[in-house]
Amino acid sequence: MEKIIDINHLKKSYGENEVLKDIDFYVNKGEVVSIIGSSGSGKSTLLRCINLLERPNGGEIIYRGENVLNSRQDINKYRTHLGMVFQNFNLFNTLNVLENCTVGQIKVLKKGKEEAKEIALHNLKIVGMEKYINARPEQLSGGQKQRVAIARALSMEPDVLLFDEPTSALDPETIGEVLKVMKELAKTGITMILVTHEMEFARDVSDRVIFMDNGVIREEGTPEQIFNNPKEERTKEFLKRFLA
Amino acid sequence: MSFEVMKDIFIKNWPFFLRGAGITLWISIIGTIIGAIIGLLVGVVRTTPIPESGAKRTVLKVSDRLLDMYIGFFRGTPMMVQAMVIYYGVASQFGVEINRIYAAIFIVSINTGAYMAEIVRGGINSVDKGQFEAAHAIGMNHVTTMKEIILPQVIRNILPATGNEFVVNIKDTSMLSVISVTELFFQTRSIAGSTFRFYEPFLITSFIYLIMTLTVTKILRMFEDRLAGSKTYDMVEETME
Repeated sequence: MEKIIDINHLKKSYGENEVLKDIDFYVNKGEVVSIIGSSGSGKSTLLRCINLLERPNGGEIIYRGENVLNSRQDINKYRTHLGMVFQNFNLFNTLNVLENCTVGQIKVLKKGKEEAKEIALHNLKIVGMEKYINARPEQLSGGQKQRVAIARALSMEPDVLLFDEPTSALDPETIGEVLKVMKELAKTGITMILVTHEMEFARDVSDRVIFMDNGVIREEGTPEQIFNNPKEERTKEFLKRFLA
Repeated sequence: MSFEVMKDIFIKNWPFFLRGAGITLWISIIGTIIGAIIGLLVGVVRTTPIPESGAKRTVLKVSDRLLDMYIGFFRGTPMMVQAMVIYYGVASQFGVEINRIYAAIFIVSINTGAYMAEIVRGGINSVDKGQFEAAHAIGMNHVTTMKEIILPQVIRNILPATGNEFVVNIKDTSMLSVISVTELFFQTRSIAGSTFRFYEPFLITSFIYLIMTLTVTKILRMFEDRLAGSKTYDMVEETME
């Protein structure tokens, strides 16, 4: 197995508050990893550290054999290899659906307009939003926005997709449409790291589940191990609340 | 006063009123545009995140300090006084007489720039943090993020305030009469001097100011609506691929 991202001894603190305490984490090529845990456990911070939206205070993040925390590394280039899907969608307000999916390709990857449009349309089709290319974000529902955000991330043709609680801002009826898209994606063999509160979904799609608690990885294993036979007391306690 | 007197004054002097109004409008349009550009540049520099170390940190820190001084000075002193200092200062210190219109445009621009810089800074700070994060997450650097994602939103948001500055400039150019710029107020004073009437010429002039400011307000409102984009969108039934 080839490790795409290999994180060692990662630390992050805000002043006195240690959010991540010595995290070791890796993800293999083609693997779907879910990170679960209660609010404040550090799972979102870990995800945001992976694409350096938060700057870690220590440790290393190895991507293709290079430590991206090394100051010589081109952070912007590294980020193009990671697609990020946010809890609050964060579609670009002044751009329409198509432009949201092409702006990065054109301005960052320096692709031609036609090629960028082709790739964008392909990905918008995957998420079922190809009919809405002329719409602006404010005209879409939450679920539609999130599907466009997934297409935007895919359009950069990343190695890894990062999902930061992608359904937490959605109403129960639209959660399904986003999860369906993500499930389809997981089947295509793309590498995914997913922070979620959707336990059923995590159990269904993940190759590996990580339970975070208080800034450390308390337990990890296959979905069966974590959901059916958790070893740690904290894991049992947490799952009891969620699966009840 | 009588309406007859007013009519008489206007008929005899309308080219002066018109020329004055033209110069007022010209100075305020150019001044507002240049001022808005200055404001955008200054606002962008002042909101650039300062790195923890390196040469860029020093440059940004120094420029932030200088820009603070610029904004502080031009917002903190009357434009009329600035006009006197700049126009007569340049004349006495360097012995050059600058064209009064250019001097006027310069003063209005730099003044508007100081106000707009604060408006732009507020505009940038009020853009949702998620917009920056999403742009950074797809690998955009700071300059591309600002140019492609943030500034289009900022410009849309600061348009009402810019229109406000424009209206203020139309009125405030009257202060430039102190350096004998032949704008509307200056022309009206000349007309008043030659006709020995003050009330009627200035009443006419107040109407001219009102027409200019109301027209500008109206045009800018239309522009804002256009920038907001259409309320609907077309569904695309078949896509090429």
